[in-house]
Order: sequence, then structure tokens, then C-alpha cells
Amino acid sequence: MSLSLAVFLILGLASVIFSLLMVFTKNPVHSVIFLILTFFSIAGQYVLLNAQFLAVVHIIVYAGAIMVLFLFVLMLLNLNSAAEPKQSARWKLGAAIAAGMLLVTLVGALKGGIQIAVPENTNPQVGLAQNLGRVLFTDFVVPFEIAGILFLAAMVGAVLLAKRDVKL
Amino acid sequence: MSTFFLFDAAMILEKSILVVVLFAITLTVAAYATFGERKIAAFIQDRVGPNRAGPFGLLQPLADGVKFFTKEDFMPNAAERWLYILAPGAFMFVACMTSAVIPWGTQLTLFGKPVDLQVTDLNIGLLYIMGFTSLGVYGIMIGGWASNNKYSLYGAIRASSQMISYELAMGLAIIAVVMLSGTLSLREMAEQQAGINWNIWYQPLGFLIFFTCALAECNRAPFDLAECETELIGGYHTEYSSMKLGFFLFAEYINMFIACAVIATVYFGGYNFPGLDPNWLGGLMGPVVMFAKTFFFIFVFMWIRWTLPRFRYDQLMRLGWKALIPLAILNMLLTGGGVLVFSN
Amino acid sequence: MQPLTNRSKLVVNKKMNFWERIYLPAILKGMWTTLKHFFRKKNTVNYPDEKRPFAPVWRGWHVLKRDEAGRERCTACGLCAVACPAEAITMTAAEREKGEEGLYREEKYAAVYEINMLRCIFCGLCEEACPKEAIFLTDRIVPSDYVRQNFIFGKNLLVEGVEPEKRIDVSMRQKHIQEPKWAVQQ
Repeated sequence: MSLSLAVFLILGLASVIFSLLMVFTKNPVHSVIFLILTFFSIAGQYVLLNAQFLAVVHIIVYAGAIMVLFLFVLMLLNLNSAAEPKQSARWKLGAAIAAGMLLVTLVGALKGGIQIAVPENTNPQVGLAQNLGRVLFTDFVVPFEIAGILFLAAMVGAVLLAKRDVKL
Repeated sequence: MSTFFLFDAAMILEKSILVVVLFAITLTVAAYATFGERKIAAFIQDRVGPNRAGPFGLLQPLADGVKFFTKEDFMPNAAERWLYILAPGAFMFVACMTSAVIPWGTQLTLFGKPVDLQVTDLNIGLLYIMGFTSLGVYGIMIGGWASNNKYSLYGAIRASSQMISYELAMGLAIIAVVMLSGTLSLREMAEQQAGINWNIWYQPLGFLIFFTCALAECNRAPFDLAECETELIGGYHTEYSSMKLGFFLFAEYINMFIACAVIATVYFGGYNFPGLDPNWLGGLMGPVVMFAKTFFFIFVFMWIRWTLPRFRYDQLMRLGWKALIPLAILNMLLTGGGVLVFSN
Repeated sequence: MQPLTNRSKLVVNKKMNFWERIYLPAILKGMWTTLKHFFRKKNTVNYPDEKRPFAPVWRGWHVLKRDEAGRERCTACGLCAVACPAEAITMTAAEREKGEEGLYREEKYAAVYEINMLRCIFCGLCEEACPKEAIFLTDRIVPSDYVRQNFIFGKNLLVEGVEPEKRIDVSMRQKHIQEPKWAVQQ
């Protein structure tokens, strides 16, 4: 077994375990912390794929910014089991049906046995910042710019929502 | 799969030794930064500072360390036990990790074998540093929350919102440098600034923004609202004592050291100095220049701390969002225009 | 209002101009000020190594003097305790036995003499009240302690030693004490 395979297995196991722990812990703050650990193990996978840029950006954006905001909100709300609102039976039923439908969809989709075509002999340097940037600004420039506009729109929306007294 | 794990045993040994040496240097510098801070504070206030332990008080950090270890290790009753213990460790770990990509010199010839004075030359070195500084928030936030204390929580919230806000301006300031040098690797960046061809001459505004943000990222005065004694007792480490508190304080000094090293590398030519070849004395000149620059910036950090009063929180946020970020974007646009004009 | 010094500045709520608003000149000015302080003379006195001279009239830790023959001067008259505004002094008198003439000057002496240093305000009225020139305040500082009990100083801490080198010099203080005005008038 090569070293990279061993590292892959360890990281994969870690990401599975941490994501399960994230779902099953009662305390929301612990949940967030397990999610961060999951992000770390996924970032490790990116590094294994020689996509260091993606790994670091993943950590900066998700672990470093978004999850901090999550944690922020959770700490301010100070959720605990005593303050948790009782869910009515109707909500529980609705949730069960929704989750069941998702399960059925997933099972149905996986039953056919999807074959993801792994491209052979791709350039191992494709994940580096230089190549990624070149591809983003040439082949995929339109989707990239659209994503940018989407973020801008989201930002404007957030500012509008935060400023209640603005007349629309 | 990847070429990432193609190391040979000799290289692993070499890198481990470098890591250990760098770690020792980082800790020593951080320890003596506490001493330097007290001395500088004293000199600015017309005092003499610590001078009891050893000649000129040089053993003061040692005495402080012994004191920290022998203090009572107190834990609040209602603290979140594991997170409370985890937080200082996480903060320290993140602080120590950052030094890996900083090039301290060119190459050192040891036993007839060239040794790179950099733990690893990641091609995304700058992003790596940004990533780990953005993770520094977690130690503070978890520590502040797990203490189960209002003041700690306030401190943690202040620290994290401050760090997130200033990270943006910092990143935007760095993008301008990256546009100029065309690389994210700190070694290449240092090589490009040979002699006096430093980035500061092209990026004075960017440097100012970066420097201000570095002060804020390190939670240093005038941006030390996270541990503002007059309002929050001790901020996020109010409930910490003994070496756990020591870890927090120590990690802040490590952060400062790394921040100064990054400033020296990115804007002030790293190991380059006009008239001094970094390869002199078997490559020893590089680290000497690099450390001199780093220590100079540590001194400036402390000098600022003992000169300027603390910002108010709304002033801090206004400066970050309404002044630094627009300025950084302007700087980015100007740099982009400059690159477009001069590269053709 | 007339200014008391010529350094006063008129506070105006005017709008700051551009250079004032970017703060940097002001910050650099402040840093220049602190840098100048770097090279100023230090005000610190390295206390245990170098001591500042006390004022000759400094009032500190009391001493109960002996006379030239080494006999305690105090006769336990209680005037110091009466004079004490803080009621810090207590004493128990005893009669001098045969064979103790070398220890006590008068026939009556203080078997117990205690000053509570936590109550004492170091005003020096005991010294003024003493008719036997037995009690004086000296330039020694009362040391700190962790226990309140230890601040009640008994005779072991107050009476000076018999040996010449253990005598406590109060001549400086006596020289500088002015006679009370009423005493001169009489």
C-alpha cells in the first residue's frame, strides 16, 4: 500500500466519521466544530489530488469565514436542549416524508450504478493556481462572471435586508 | 496519484531538523518578544523595565515561563470542558503552522550540501498564510465561548468579527502584490525583490493597508479591543489561567512574529538588502537580514502599541469596512492599470 | 476666563481637513514623541539597590529608646496611648523588681507595649506626648505581611537593642522637630 493511499484512507475515514458526528451531536456548537474538521479532511483530499489552491481556498472560505459566521450566530443564540422548541408531530411527519423521498431518490439514482468516467492521463498540474486561473478566465469566463454577479446581487440583498428603514 | 509524497529519507530528515530549529527560534523569539515589549513600554514611559532576572533582566522570559507553569490551573465549573482545553492548543497550533512557508534565506551550505532555508516552498504560500491566519479565530472563539463567561464571549465576538473584517482588506492588499509579482510563492516573491527592488516602492498604499490589517489580525493595539482590560477584564481569556493563558499570550506573540516576517518578505524584499549578497558566509547573510527586518517590524508593532490609544468598536469597524476595503480595491485597480500599461 | 498657563488650547468643533482625517500625520507625530522618550533620563529608582533619602521628618516604624546605660526609658505612664488619635497603643504596666535596675530606668515599666500598625496613622503625637523621650518615630518602613495579627508590634519589635550597634539613631529627627509654639511661649 502506497503512502498516498494510506493517507487517502485515513482522510476519507476521518471525513466520514466527523460528518457523522456532526449530524449526531446534540450540541450545535460541537456540530459546527465537527463540520470544520470535516472540511479539513476534505481539504486534505484536495491536497492529495495536487489541487493545493482549491484546498487552501476551501479552508479560507469555508472553515475560515463561513463557519466562523455560523459559530458566531450559534454562540450568540446560545442554543441548548432546554431552550429547544418542541417540534409538533406534524412537523416531524413532514420531515420524515421529505427525508424518505430523498432516500428513495438517492437509492433510485445509485441503483443504476453510475459510472463516473475518470479521465486518464490528465495533467497533474491542473489544480495549481496558475492553470486554474487561466482556465477560469478563458474557457469559463462567462460562468465565472455570472457567479460574481450572483454574489454581488446577494450582497446588495443582504444590505437591503439589514437596513430595515430603506423605502423600497 | 500525486507527486506530493515523493520524498526521500534524507530530505525528510533535513526538513524535520529545519522544522525543529524553526520551531525553537519561533518560540524563543516569542518569549523574548514579551521581554522586548516590556522593555520598550518601559523606555517609552521613562522607566527601566524588567532588570532583576539575570543581567539586564535577560532571564525574565524564563522566570515568566516558570511562573506560568506553577500557577494554579483553574477551570470554571460550568465551562465546556473539552473545548475549554482545546482552545489554547488550537490557537497555538495555528500560530506555529504559519512559519512553514516563509523563506528565511537562500541556501545554507552545511557539510557540503545545500540546505533550503524554508520548510516548504508551496506554490500558494501566501494563500496558505491567509488560510491559517483565518483559522486563528477558532482558538479565540472556542475559548471565549467555552469559558461560559459574558466577558469572554464579548471578547471572542469582538476578536472574530474584527479578524474577519480585516482579513478582507488584507487579502485585497495582497492581491495587488500578487498581480505585480505574478506568483503566490513567497520564495519567488523574495527572489524577485533582489537588491533594493522591493515591493514597497510599488505598493506604498498596499503596504499601509496590509500593515494596519496585520495589527488588527494580531489583536494588537490600537486594535486590541478583544482583550480591552477597561471594558472586558481580559477579553476571551478572562477565565484562563496558568499555562493555558500562557499559550494564548504566547501564540499572540508568535502571530506577531510571523506577521512581521510576512511583511518583511512581501514588501521589504525578505532576505535581500542592497550591497549585501544573501549568499555570503555560506548563505548566512540572508537569515541575518531577514531577521533584522522582522525584528524591526516587531519593534514598530510595539512602538505603535505604546503610542496609540485603543479604537472604539464602531470606529474600528468603520475603518475596516469604509476606509481600508475601498482603499484596497482602489489600490488593486491602480495596480492592475499599472501592470497593463507597463508590461506592454 | 483668563488661562492659567500659556499651554491651554481652545477646543473647537471644526471639521477636520483631509490630512487630519487620515490620521497618519498625527500618528507619526505621536510616534515621534514616544521615540523621544526612549532617550530621556529614566525616572526609576532601583529600590533595594538604591534608596531615596527620606525627609528628616519622615515618620515610620516606632522605636522605644533605651538610655545610655541600656535601660528602657518607658515608664508606662500611658500618655502616648491617651494622645494617640487612632487608639493604636496599648500597654500593661508593671513594677520594677529588685535586681532589675539595669533593665528599666524608672520604678514602673511597661511589661507589655503594643502598637497596632494597621491602626497607627503615623502622626507622631505619641512622640510629642512622651515625657521620658522614650518613643520616637524612625525612618524605617513597616514591612508588609499576609496576616493581620503580625501587624500588632510588641516590645520585641519596638524596643531597640542594648548593644551600641543595635541602637537606633533618632538624632536627625530630633534636630528637625520644632518645639511646639506653646512650649516656646511659656
